[in-house]
Amino acid sequence: MIDKQVHDFDTALDGLSDGATIMISGFGAAGAPHDLAEAALERGVRDLVIISNNAGEGERGLSRLMKERRIRKVICSFPTSSNSEIVKELYAAGAIELEIVPQGTLSERIRAAAAGIGGFYTRTSVGTPLADGKEIRTIDGIDYALEYPLHADFAFVKGLLADRWGNLTYNKSARNFGPSMAMAGMVTVAQVGRIVELGAIDPEHVVTPGIFVDRVMEIK
Amino acid sequence: MMAAALKVEKLTRPQVAWRIAQDIPDGAYVNLGIGAPELVANFLPADREIVIHSENGILGMGPTPPKGEEDPDLINAGKRPASLLKGGSYFHHTDSFAMIRGGHIDLCVLGAFQIAQNGDLANWATLDTSRPPGVGGAMDLAVGAKRLVVMTDHCTRDGQPKLLESCSYPLTGLGVVNRVYTDLAVIDIKDGQFVVREILAGLEPAQLQEVTGAALIFADDCAELKTETGVTE
Repeated sequence: MIDKQVHDFDTALDGLSDGATIMISGFGAAGAPHDLAEAALERGVRDLVIISNNAGEGERGLSRLMKERRIRKVICSFPTSSNSEIVKELYAAGAIELEIVPQGTLSERIRAAAAGIGGFYTRTSVGTPLADGKEIRTIDGIDYALEYPLHADFAFVKGLLADRWGNLTYNKSARNFGPSMAMAGMVTVAQVGRIVELGAIDPEHVVTPGIFVDRVMEIK
Repeated sequence: MMAAALKVEKLTRPQVAWRIAQDIPDGAYVNLGIGAPELVANFLPADREIVIHSENGILGMGPTPPKGEEDPDLINAGKRPASLLKGGSYFHHTDSFAMIRGGHIDLCVLGAFQIAQNGDLANWATLDTSRPPGVGGAMDLAVGAKRLVVMTDHCTRDGQPKLLESCSYPLTGLGVVNRVYTDLAVIDIKDGQFVVREILAGLEPAQLQEVTGAALIFADDCAELKTETGVTE
């Protein structure tokens, strides 16, 4: 019998250790699995590498990990939101490493890792400082930059519904990075609003099939 | 002479947004960058069906919802409350950027720090290295949208020109801008030159040239900048 439900954070984060790379879904606060991120804080892990669109917004989740200096590096597209003060302070103090990746490239690098793709060429960033040091390949007269996949030990995502097989749905624009990150994590943990009976999610409405998800935890 | 000293009243941001909206055709799929370009959504002509794309996974985005009806899971790219129109859809980020990079977006409106006469755009980082840079989706939009227009003040707050022979700030994309809408003019980028299509009423061509950092060509049919009085947010 397959049962991916977990009922406590220790089990949800089992295996997470110092130096781990964690993908954290969300665009701003929408779709951000704050409770899982804060559980990592409680677990005491440090020296983390975070892959996330933003570098903590507001007070919760990733912001708390950052405030407690648990993060060595953030790979993100947009750390400069108006309510992302902690990352700005740490950056100015030289206390955090940032890798800035164009948002679509970030998403596609995550998907590439998930799909077993060794790299891809994109026009995005060609001719800009973000392409410095990257291989440029001309294909049919257009210059493309080579980008490599982004792998992660853990992916934390936030869904609306899950079943015990790990099938997931999302809510509105909170879907954002969830599906690609869920596919890419070596261990994918989903915090969801509600766990329902197997079969209760219309198969046509499953957004992330359970094969990509290892653990689901209901968090009201 | 700097723009601040001009004796004419510059367009307000809502007026520039209104001007941009008039040029968006029925049926267009449009991405509006964060900040001032978001205002364009308020002025879309009611007789056209225009589908707004938001990079965080929305097609058919509607206006700001009434107070009390905001949903934290339904936000725009600027992370402010949004709504969904009938026929709208949600999708995940990788699909959203396939729409952008794959050439499925007809028009994108972005803000800018600097625009060069060859269409180079700088809008994501300054030369100040004490603050982290943030690129978001700008580089993907710059290369992927079928048509890229910029909405900007003609000059910086301290009167420096933003339309230049070449950008000094880090670039977002090379040769990507098709048209610039400012508070003083509508300017196309054609064959490596700025071509003025519309100029603010009462502003002399020489005055516009003085606040621009590259040579301007005035189109034969250069017209008065279209505006609407009473346009507000």
